[in-house]
Amino acid sequence: MHSFYLAWKYIVYNRIKTAVLVACVTLITFLPFALQVMLDESERQLMSRAVSTPLVIGAKGSALDLVMNTLYFGDERPEAISMQAVNRIWDSDLALPIPIYTRFKARGYPIVGTTLDYFDFRSLNIEIGRNLAVLGECVVGARAAENLKLKPGDSLVSSPESLFDLAGVYPLKMKVVGILEKSHTSDDLAVFVDLKTAWVVQGLGHGHQDVTKLADPTLVLKRSGSNVAATAKLYHYTEINEKNIGSFHFHGNTDIYPITAVIAVPNDEKSETILQGRYLAKEETQQILRPAEVIDGLLQNIFRIKNVLDAVVSVVALATVMAIILVFALSLRLRQGEIETIFKIGCSRMTIAKLLAAEILIIVMTSTTLCAIMLAIVGTFTNDLVRMLFIG
Amino acid sequence: MISINDLKFHYPTGNFFLAIDALNVEKNEKTAVIGPSGTGKTTLLNLIAGIITSDRGVVDVGGVDVWRMNDRDRRRFRISTIGFVFQDFELLNYLNVLDNILHPFRITDALKLDDVVIERAATLAEAMGIGDKLKRRAKDLSQGEKQRTAICRALLPQPKLILADEATGNLDPENKTRILDLLFAAVDEHGTTLLAVTHDHELLRRFDRVIDFRDFQSDMPG
Repeated sequence: MHSFYLAWKYIVYNRIKTAVLVACVTLITFLPFALQVMLDESERQLMSRAVSTPLVIGAKGSALDLVMNTLYFGDERPEAISMQAVNRIWDSDLALPIPIYTRFKARGYPIVGTTLDYFDFRSLNIEIGRNLAVLGECVVGARAAENLKLKPGDSLVSSPESLFDLAGVYPLKMKVVGILEKSHTSDDLAVFVDLKTAWVVQGLGHGHQDVTKLADPTLVLKRSGSNVAATAKLYHYTEINEKNIGSFHFHGNTDIYPITAVIAVPNDEKSETILQGRYLAKEETQQILRPAEVIDGLLQNIFRIKNVLDAVVSVVALATVMAIILVFALSLRLRQGEIETIFKIGCSRMTIAKLLAAEILIIVMTSTTLCAIMLAIVGTFTNDLVRMLFIG
Repeated sequence: MISINDLKFHYPTGNFFLAIDALNVEKNEKTAVIGPSGTGKTTLLNLIAGIITSDRGVVDVGGVDVWRMNDRDRRRFRISTIGFVFQDFELLNYLNVLDNILHPFRITDALKLDDVVIERAATLAEAMGIGDKLKRRAKDLSQGEKQRTAICRALLPQPKLILADEATGNLDPENKTRILDLLFAAVDEHGTTLLAVTHDHELLRRFDRVIDFRDFQSDMPG
């Protein structure tokens, strides 16, 4: 115990040197472990969701962007497809199509336009409130609700795509009707709306004053029979409520309205194969993907990078260990006088070795403790870190 | 207390050679060792303490043949029987005064550290006039305070023999007298034998006996 006492006194006296040594040992231990924790978690997160999503159909282009956007609502912007893609699957009778439209955001969280089938498919349950029923309503993921301090009855306004787009669509004030149970997936961080509400956010559907009853002549551009052309001064509703819901309408054919992708849930293995075969034609403008294969490819790349990082960390670790040995060797030389003194007093070389061992042990123990604390912190935030690093 | 016979010693390199046919120091005697630099005064202290040994001659301390013991026994004998006061104090800067005084007890199991020893260390420090500086780090002490701490460290294990290597070498005249007073008082109180190397001829009259190293051979015989 005296060895530890003396070693502790020496370490405290030389606190800067000790701090540098502890920092070096901590970092070099922490890095590979943290990397492994992160990769394990990213593999778990990415693969579990990918495996549970049988097929994704979207515009041809980056397969990874399409999967990352459809499964994790990432910031990638795959080219939009139309609702005809959904109808095509319905007509095939081979799978259940679930449309996904993820173009918009509300206070930093993705607005996911979809159908009620999505909630059943992902086994998402409402914790407080109820599910979507009427245009203009939204159901918020557990963590998004927690972060935005939302509860049923509150409102959430969609974010404009561009602050300077004066001619763009008005933000829509959506009514929060439900909060989802925590699922520890990307659904926790999303705002779910009906597909039509997403189109209203885009401006494809809108509600305004009844043009047939306009009293202000400056609002009317032209009248011909039952048709009335209104000026831009016409008041557009930015919120959908019981009073104005009747005025909301969609112009044109909704079959060609945009969506990001379709999740296809095949009836069986055979249907899945047949469906995949239907997207193989050269002139096909859409692609059908098995997310598990795409994510597996991504993970293979990540692991390849990890192997390189491991090699780099090993070299740095070796250099650090050598530097630490050098520090101790120089320290021994500087302490030669002290060692001579205690040797003259009557101390054995073994005691001197014990003193040095105690110092090393204190440094290693401190580093290990710090490393464990840092790993615990990383463990707590891995979910967010993985999302930040791999999903965006 | 010390009996040296037929001592012949030389370092593996160089032409230094120390030869002492016979030298005796009585118990409780305060002996000064003088002589020019390089004549082997410090070497003699190291030989008596068994820090270095020779295969020619005998060094007997308190009836024990120091050189014939094995290394472990010699260390245990040294730490429990001999107190060293070094020329440059050789305190550990990272320890405070109390920890420096207690240091011999922390580096060997031949001395047992307990509350009684800690109490004795405080009393000794008080007697040496550094009782109020027990918590002060060694690097923050004056030369005189460092020397007193070094003397306390040498005296605390209650050794039978104190070897002091120019213990007053770096001190001003006033502090020299005070330190020597304190050392002599402690030696008298505990019935210890003192062998002190010094260059200070003014202090010699206070010792019981003076050994002049010019009487010994310190050059390699041709």
